[in-house]
Amino acid sequence: MDNKKAVVYVRLKEGVLDPQGLTIHKAILNMGYDEVAAVRSGRFFELELAADGNKLKERVDDICRKLLSNPVIENFSVEYQE
Amino acid sequence: MKVGVVTFPGSNCDYDAYSAIKVLGAEVEFLWHHSADLNGCDLIILPGGFSYGDYLRSGAIARFSPIMGAVMDFARSGGYVIGICNGFQILLESGLLPGALLRNSHLRFSCKYVHIRVENDRNVFTSGCRTGQVLKIPIAHKDGNYYNFDGDIEELKKNAQIIFRYCDPDGNITDRANPNGSVYNIAGIANHEGNILGMMPHPERAVEAILGSADGLRIFESIQNSIGQGVEVEKA
Repeated sequence: MDNKKAVVYVRLKEGVLDPQGLTIHKAILNMGYDEVAAVRSGRFFELELAADGNKLKERVDDICRKLLSNPVIENFSVEYQE
Repeated sequence: MKVGVVTFPGSNCDYDAYSAIKVLGAEVEFLWHHSADLNGCDLIILPGGFSYGDYLRSGAIARFSPIMGAVMDFARSGGYVIGICNGFQILLESGLLPGALLRNSHLRFSCKYVHIRVENDRNVFTSGCRTGQVLKIPIAHKDGNYYNFDGDIEELKKNAQIIFRYCDPDGNITDRANPNGSVYNIAGIANHEGNILGMMPHPERAVEAILGSADGLRIFESIQNSIGQGVEVEKA
C-alpha cells in the first residue's frame, strides 16, 4: 500500500480581518503591480499518512477541526495525493 | 484562597503571576503543564508568554496539554480561571470563552501601559472596582486583536460579559486608545456564568506602585474577597 499525503489548506473566513494580507497587498501595490485587487493570507500543511482505511478522511477532518484550524475564524480544505 | 499558576513550555509571566499573588498575601503554587492535578486550588491563572513557541496559532497547542483537561473540567464546574494574554488565547482556543484573537491590526508587537475601563463590577473579578473606573495596566502582545462576529458581540453586551475595554486616561472609548484593533475596544471578557476571565493586559505586572501602577492588584483582590465571602466554588 502506498502512503497517501493529505494537503491541508487553512484560510481565514470571508469577512475576517486579515492584517497580514492587507499589508502584503500594500507592498505589492507599492511594487507597481496595480492589477492585484486583494490578498488573503493562509497556511498549508502536508500530512504523510502511514495508514489507510475508511475512517481516514474522517480522522484527518477531525485533526483539521480540532488543531490545524480555528473554526471561529478559519475554514479548511483537504486534498489527497497518492 | 489558594492560587495555581500553570507553567507551559514557553510561559514567561508565570513568575510575575506567582509574585503578584505573593504581594496579595495569598497562597500560591506552580502547576506543571504535564500534570493533570490542580492540587485543590481555588483560582487557576493561565499566564502570559509564548506557550509551545506560539506555533500554529497562539494557544492552539497548549489547549491540548494534560493540565488543560483538568482546567477545563474545573472551569466548567464553576471554578475560577483567569487567562492573561497568552492565557486568554488558550481560553479562546479551548472554547471556554467565545471569539478569537487575531494579529494586531498594525502587525507590531506592542508593549506599553494602556488604560482599560471596567464595564461591569457585578462580577467576581471586578467586584472591588466600580463600573466606569479606569485602570492603568500594561499590555505586551502581537496577537491581541479580539475578534468575534457581530451577533456574538451583541450577545456579550447583552449578558454583560465584556469586563474591560480600552479607553483613554479619562475613560473615553476611542479608536486612538485601542492598541490592537480589537472589536468594540474589547480588552477582557468573561464567560456567561462569570467564573472565567480572559484579558490581554497584564494585571500581574501592575501590583506595586513602584513599578508604575498597582491597579492590577484590584482584580486579584476582588477574587480573593469573593472567595473569602463564601462564594460556592467546587474544588479541583
